[in-house]
Amino acid sequence: MYLSEEEIVERIAELKDKLPSSLYNDLERELRRVKITEEDLKKVVAEVLRRYEFAKVEPGEAVGIVAAQSMGEPSTQMTMRTFHYAGVAELNVTLGLPRIIEIVDARKKPSTPMMTIYLEEEYAQDREKAEQVAREIETLYVRDVLEKSEIDLVNSRVNLYLDEYELRRKKLGVEDIVAKLKSIKGVEIEENGNVISLTLSNPTIKDLRKLANRVADLHLRGIKDITRVVLRKEEKEYVIYTEGSNLKDVLKIEGVDVTRTKTNDIMEIQRVLGIEAARNAIINEIQDTLNEQGLIVDVRHLMLVADMMTVDGTVKAIGRHGVSGEKASVLARAAFEITVDHLLQAAVTGEYDELEGIVENVIVGRPVKLGTGMVELVMRRELEESKEAV
Amino acid sequence: MRRVDISKHELVPKHEVLSEEEAKKLLEELNISRGQLPKILKNDPMVQKIKAKVGDIIKITRKSKTAGESVYYRVVVNE
Repeated sequence: MYLSEEEIVERIAELKDKLPSSLYNDLERELRRVKITEEDLKKVVAEVLRRYEFAKVEPGEAVGIVAAQSMGEPSTQMTMRTFHYAGVAELNVTLGLPRIIEIVDARKKPSTPMMTIYLEEEYAQDREKAEQVAREIETLYVRDVLEKSEIDLVNSRVNLYLDEYELRRKKLGVEDIVAKLKSIKGVEIEENGNVISLTLSNPTIKDLRKLANRVADLHLRGIKDITRVVLRKEEKEYVIYTEGSNLKDVLKIEGVDVTRTKTNDIMEIQRVLGIEAARNAIINEIQDTLNEQGLIVDVRHLMLVADMMTVDGTVKAIGRHGVSGEKASVLARAAFEITVDHLLQAAVTGEYDELEGIVENVIVGRPVKLGTGMVELVMRRELEESKEAV
Repeated sequence: MRRVDISKHELVPKHEVLSEEEAKKLLEELNISRGQLPKILKNDPMVQKIKAKVGDIIKITRKSKTAGESVYYRVVVNE
C-alpha cells in the first residue's frame, strides 16, 4: 500500500521542529516524488534523523580553532596583489588578504570605500533615468567644470573659464553655477559666455587668491563622500558603482533600490542598518573576497567569526583590541599578546582567574575542557557498594 | 528626500520583540539569565524602528545559507 502525497506530508510534519527548514523542505520535495509504503517512510525518516544528528557538531568540539584554521590555511595561498581593476569600470577595490584583514580588524573606514547601487525597476531599464540618478549621486565641485581660473590683477577680479564640454556632459548650465556662486557674500558676479568674473570691493591679492580657492571648492550637487560614479549595464539592468560611500544619503535618493543597495563599509552598515545587517555584511564580504580568489571556505566558519564579532551589539575586531583582548581570564589574555602588561595589570588590580577556559588550563597543566575533557565522572555510591556486597 | 524603511533591506533579517511571557519561557528553556544572551544596542536602527526598550529580548529570524532559516535572540542593552 503506497501512501498518497498528503499522507506523506502529514506523517513527516512532526519533523518540522526537529530539522532545519532547508533540510525539511528538501525531504518533503523528494518524498512527494516517490511512491513509498508506510514502513519504508518510517525507515527514511529514521535514517534522515540519524544522519542529521550525526552531522551536527558535537558538544565540546573546538569550533573556534577549526574556523581559524579553515580560514587561515586558504589565506596563505592568497595572492598579495592588492588592486584589481573591475572590468572596464576601472574602479579599484582592495581585495585578497588585505581586504580580509581589514574586515576582521573591524577598521573604521575601509581603504577603498565602494558602493553598489541598484535601481528600482523603472530606472534600472532606462539608460536616461539611470544616468540622471547617477548624476544626482556624484559629488561635483566647481573645480570639476573649470577649464581654468585666473586672477586678473589689473581689474582685481577672478575670472572663471568654464569647460563647455564638461558642462554639457554633466548637464549643467552657466546659470546653475552662477546661482551657486551667489551664496558667496560680497562678490559681484558678471557673466560673459563661458567666462564668469567675480569682483570684490577693494581686494588685496591675498583676498583674490582665497576667493579663487573657495570658488573651486564650492559644492554644486551630489552626495558627500561619493567621489566617482560609474554606470554599468549588468545582465538585465543598469547598476551604479561608486568610489566613496555614503549609504544613508544614497538610500534617500529617488529611484535607488532600498532593498539591495550595498556598501563595503561594514561600520556604516552597522550605523545605518543595524548590527544584524553588519553580521550579514561581514559574512558576505569575507566570502566574496575568498571566492574571488577561487578559495572555498564553508560559510559556517565565517558565520562563527561574524557572530563572535557582533555578540555585544557593536562590530569589534578579532584580536588584541577586540575579541581576544576582552577575554575574562588574565592568563588567556597574557597568552595571546602583550603578556607582561596583562600580568602586571592583573597583579596591580588583584584579578582573579577562574581557570575555566582552555588556555588557562593548558598553562597550569590541568585537563582542558574540550572534547572528552568536557565531562566529569561521578561515581554512583550504591552501585559500588552493591558490587562489594557480592 | 524620502523616508527609508531599512527593514526592507536584504541584509536586515526580521526583528520582533518577545512578550514578557515568551521571554520568560525562553530563558527558562535555555536555562540562562538575560545577561548571557548576545546583545543589541538600544540605539541600533532596527531596535529604534520596532521601538524596543532596554531589557527587551528581540527574536531575530535570520535567513541562513545552511539551515534555510535560523532563530537568534539578542537582549537590548544601554551601551
